[in-house]
Amino acid sequence: MTEKISLSHGGGGRQTHDLIQGVFTKRFGMDDPMTDSAILTVPSSKIAFTTDSYVIDPIFFPGGNIGKLAICGTVNDLAVSGADPKYIAAAFIIEEGFDTGDLEKIAFSMADQAEAAGVKIVTGDTKVVEKGQCDGLFITTTGIGILRDEYADIGSGIRVKPGDRLIINGSSGNHAVTILASRRNLTFDTPLISDCAALNHLIRKILDNSGEVHFMRDLTRGGLASVLNELAAMTGCGITVEENSVPVDEPVRGLCEILGFDPLAMANEGKVLVVADHAEADKILNIMRSFPEGKDASIIGTVTGERPGRVVLNSSTGGTRFLDMPSGIQLPRIC
Amino acid sequence: MKYVDEFREKKLISNLADQIKRSASGEYTFMEVCGGHTAAIHRFGIPSLLPHGIKLISGPGCPVCVTSTEYIDRLIALSFTRGVAVATFGDLMRVPGTESSLSEARAGGADVRVVLSAYEALEIARSHHDLNVVFPAIGFETTAPGTAVTVLKAAGEGTENFFVLNAHKVMPPAMEEIIRAGTHIDGFICPGHVSVITGSSAFEFIPRNYGLACVITGFEPTDLLSAILMLIKQINNHAPCVEIQYKRAVTPAGNIVAQKFMNEVFEPCDSDWRGLGVIPSSGLTLRERLKNFDAGTAFIIEVPRNEPDPFCICGEILRGVSIPDECALFAKACTPVHPVGACMVSDEGACNTFFKYHTHD
Repeated sequence: MTEKISLSHGGGGRQTHDLIQGVFTKRFGMDDPMTDSAILTVPSSKIAFTTDSYVIDPIFFPGGNIGKLAICGTVNDLAVSGADPKYIAAAFIIEEGFDTGDLEKIAFSMADQAEAAGVKIVTGDTKVVEKGQCDGLFITTTGIGILRDEYADIGSGIRVKPGDRLIINGSSGNHAVTILASRRNLTFDTPLISDCAALNHLIRKILDNSGEVHFMRDLTRGGLASVLNELAAMTGCGITVEENSVPVDEPVRGLCEILGFDPLAMANEGKVLVVADHAEADKILNIMRSFPEGKDASIIGTVTGERPGRVVLNSSTGGTRFLDMPSGIQLPRIC
Repeated sequence: MKYVDEFREKKLISNLADQIKRSASGEYTFMEVCGGHTAAIHRFGIPSLLPHGIKLISGPGCPVCVTSTEYIDRLIALSFTRGVAVATFGDLMRVPGTESSLSEARAGGADVRVVLSAYEALEIARSHHDLNVVFPAIGFETTAPGTAVTVLKAAGEGTENFFVLNAHKVMPPAMEEIIRAGTHIDGFICPGHVSVITGSSAFEFIPRNYGLACVITGFEPTDLLSAILMLIKQINNHAPCVEIQYKRAVTPAGNIVAQKFMNEVFEPCDSDWRGLGVIPSSGLTLRERLKNFDAGTAFIIEVPRNEPDPFCICGEILRGVSIPDECALFAKACTPVHPVGACMVSDEGACNTFFKYHTHD
């Protein structure tokens, strides 16, 4: 195999076949011979179905790469919908000249991450475009998960009620700030690492052990601030957040201070907000903390009946203010 | 976090708030001139800690907000010029010109890049000899030295494809203009970072000529509350002066080295401030021997003169005459997603800050 991807790798002939065989199918444990569709067996219940495209720059970053991100992102979208992720389709748009070794590394980490999350990459597609037509590599992953019937409405917010507690599984803003720092070559004494991680095992354990989870959402673009505002708007409840309780790592705080960003509005790739009955909050917190990706979990606030539709932040300094929905972009292409 | 947490200590903050409550008698109106102060005041919920008689109004210290529409139009026109890349601070990206913004220009195919410093723009020029790189040089005494050093560096190494579209401004003349225009102010929360460069001496004329209190302060909640307390005491004692609360960064003489660089590169000129109009000697222009770095003369840029939205009151807001929710467009036609006026665009703009933290109840 040549060291750089060329347009002939996308031509549909021998080189395309070699690329798919050499880089993807074996590594992903796909069936041979290749067919136009994967044939799947699913239990006769509801399925959750999601898709997402990944265009991150840089493609390799501390804590992951575009491939790991593409698996974790789709797994998390399914998991927070109350589904057990099962199958993933992956489509690649590759720029002519892309390094084949890098593509192999990316495929390897996708396979690795899929295995760890317990999902199978069952079908895919590869296109090669002329140099300059895309930025290195874009990946789209589409996932299917088996929905737990009792959680079919978990993303709608209709179960949320005043008194519920808000719980997150760790610090806010690590992914976005890591990407920014990598793009700008900003270094710190304490290394910045993206929180990119699949959360389906953590979420499954919570759902297995608590019948009182009222809402879940992963905290990707727009971060915690965005999700809390969406939740307040869709439920018509008020939300009060204690700024001191929201974990933010020191280097993340530092960079946000310097550049004027709000860590609460920064994207994450391994964080989930769980809203649950107050009586279950400690139990859920402890379950989160039993996982490496939840070791810094924290109860950050409460759903209230006051100030409907608004998110109020009790700031660490003793003042109060609204935590508004971020607008525009803080950074281009962070996920 | 070191150098941050000690200035955000809750007990210290409530102690200062108590002292302010005890010291304040009657009504006080203070203008925070700097956009960074506006953002910090609202981010930390400072107004919720103050007694009702203390009113904080925002001044003309957000560099993005006071930049004229015509300047943005010129930048956009430049960005579409063949062989030109505009390398800008991110804040300028979404500022509306007459018809579009740099962000929209980029989507339309213009070469617009975001940089964190003038020096980063120079680096782009060095590594792309076929490209003429234009840096929009905006901001006050805080950012002007960075532009100055970069221009000197480019001159020293003979870089011929680096230019600045200069709109640097200086703060004291604008403060004087606001006082003269008759805005009711009892004292100024003077800018922190500007003062690092200028020193406190730049504001001495305010108590001397106009009898108004001045305190230079930092950007942490304890800084801001201490400054408010110091202002109240100056007023109560009828002893207006310029006090430095931000002693860890500001001296009476300022940063002499930075001043020297600014002097070497720039000379004073009249400057057009959005909302305030042309203020004599309130801008900085490149000195004659460095004019070859001026994008305004290196490229032919023609933009039509256009009238701003007649309902937008950014001007009055920047003069401290009106507050954001007195504008008919505020939170209706003008929001952070679809800003009409510049005060809604920048994170340090009074309207943007007000929208984020206080409004649409």
